[in-house]
Amino acid sequence: MNVALVKTGDGRAVSDLFTSAEGRLPGSPAVAAVRRQAFETYERLGLPHRRIEEWKYTDLRALVGEVLPLAAAPGAAALSRAAEAVKAHAFAGAGKLVLVDGVFAADLSDVKALASEIGFTTLRETLEKQSGDLLATASTDAMISLNAAMATDGVVVSIADGAQLSAPIQIIHVATAASASAFTRSQLRIGKGVRATIIESFVAAGAAAYQVNDAVLVTIGDNADVAHIRLMDDAPDAVNITSEIVTVGANTKLNFFNMTTGGAVSRLQGFITLAGEGSELAVNGVNLLKKTEHGDTTLVVDHALPHCTSREIFRAVIDDRAHSVFQGRIIVRPDAQKTDGKMMTRALLLSDEAEADNKPELEIFADDVSCGHGATAGALDDSLLFYLRARGLPEKDAQALLIQAFVGEAIEQIADDDLREHVIGIAERWLERRS
Amino acid sequence: MALLEVKDLKVRVEEREILHGLTLTVNEGEVHAIMGPNGSGKSTLSHVIAGKPGYEVTDGQILFKGEDLLEMDPEERAAKGVFLAFQYPVEIPGVATMNFLRTALNAQRKARGEDEYSTPDFLRKVREVSKSLNIPQDMLKRGVNVGFSGGEKKRNEVLQMALFEPSLCILDEMDSGLDIDALRIAADGVNALRSPKRAMVVITHYQRLLNYIVPDFVHVMSRGRVVKSGDKQLALELEESGYAQFEDAA
Repeated sequence: MNVALVKTGDGRAVSDLFTSAEGRLPGSPAVAAVRRQAFETYERLGLPHRRIEEWKYTDLRALVGEVLPLAAAPGAAALSRAAEAVKAHAFAGAGKLVLVDGVFAADLSDVKALASEIGFTTLRETLEKQSGDLLATASTDAMISLNAAMATDGVVVSIADGAQLSAPIQIIHVATAASASAFTRSQLRIGKGVRATIIESFVAAGAAAYQVNDAVLVTIGDNADVAHIRLMDDAPDAVNITSEIVTVGANTKLNFFNMTTGGAVSRLQGFITLAGEGSELAVNGVNLLKKTEHGDTTLVVDHALPHCTSREIFRAVIDDRAHSVFQGRIIVRPDAQKTDGKMMTRALLLSDEAEADNKPELEIFADDVSCGHGATAGALDDSLLFYLRARGLPEKDAQALLIQAFVGEAIEQIADDDLREHVIGIAERWLERRS
Repeated sequence: MALLEVKDLKVRVEEREILHGLTLTVNEGEVHAIMGPNGSGKSTLSHVIAGKPGYEVTDGQILFKGEDLLEMDPEERAAKGVFLAFQYPVEIPGVATMNFLRTALNAQRKARGEDEYSTPDFLRKVREVSKSLNIPQDMLKRGVNVGFSGGEKKRNEVLQMALFEPSLCILDEMDSGLDIDALRIAADGVNALRSPKRAMVVITHYQRLLNYIVPDFVHVMSRGRVVKSGDKQLALELEESGYAQFEDAA
């Protein structure tokens, strides 16, 4: 029965999904045409499966099976539940932009309080007034195509050249609708010389078994200094597939961080292009997984021009029968001489049934570069555990201290003290749930 | 009641018996030295008392203040007042020494039903003790033992001993890897902790350490048993005659 579902049911179910949602998808007739085309691309490919190399370890046909119908727009009750979740997950002092079940929630957001250098509109407004440009990407990824076809809303933020933002911008995705999908697509245009911190949070407000498909298109100008922190803290039975497509200018610093602490199936796929000379990229990630959770971090760092550095530090903590995937590709284009790219990934296996897959790939087309990668996987060190217990720490506390130290190396790359503490707090709550 | 009573202890590691019926009694305020050649079971004894996994006790018992120590997890033993100063203190990257000290001290106090130390009290205490042990403050900010010299690692053990105030300290080969100056600082730290309420078991291969930490009793171990006991003179005799005579006796 399962086989029949995959063969014939998969495409048809999704077709229904699109036709039944079409009336609710914003945009002019021109936008609708872009959506249909994107959907056809998706339908041709179907849900990614293990024979698609990029999705080898995250077979959505096996793990997810079907895309759930579009969530209804949130009503008053949903918004009030969402408000509670926003309160619980907001980073103090941040300008909040809240999307509930795929729809921008103005009342829960701080649009009016945003700094004057920040331009704001929604995807919905953009698609209604303008063309479907925001739905187009060069990607041929099935999930990004599905996102283009189905995106209901998102935030469109532009930060003017030279802006020095003291308050972070926090985009909070809240799921309140069970057994439904939210599709969001956002754009962040960050000007030259900007100093800014962007936080993206994914949380649930009582919802179970929901699905998220989010795409964010980011461009960062020259001489900027940007911290981009993502926190995927979904409900235990949620599915969250998110794509970040980032283009970085010259002499810019980007500190990108992602942490996954929930979700039955989570994937962050980041495509970061260093499109100017002399930029410094740090990409750090943490997966904290338990039970049968599946967490995938897939990063493609594309060095297009010379004299850029990239550093990737990834840590996975895997308990029970959970499965962590790290795929890191570094591409060095023929022009990108003097590239310095390194990635290091380590997995901590807390149970005999935990699984870590790690696929580093270096594609180097220039001849004067320094690139490398390293990977380790192992259990907690018994001699360290005994030392801590011999000093009076109960076993779970000793484990927690060592786990915190293990992920600390990735988290400590977050420069802002308060933000780092906020992230550590989320990791600590994960550890408390574990014991 | 004796503080520590080890009675006819038999211990195996992976099917091989290491201790073949060891008996040892330590009272409050006493300092016992346990000497013996490599492989005689000295470190095994210290590990079994502290509760290190991987050792199978097949016979005998260990009583601490009259309670069955072998029934307790390592953390319970620590909270009850057993402290093992490791021969090779481990490095724990990413766990700041100060954080570790406070977490451990408060875990022990919580297990005993005592109030946790307030931050100012804790800091005052750490500063006071670390100063007497010549431990610079910046060392306390680094990861536990990370990048510490051999001497610094041992001083960090003594620092913990001073903070946790255990009633039984087991010093496992404290002299290994230390030069004379480092040894003197560590030994001074240990001597400062001698008290009528606290006992120490000093495990060492060499007599040298016992010039600095002078024991009340000396026991010679060979092949998993205590084969001779005496006062500090015994250590000096051993220095002259070596362990060979006991290897034959055992």
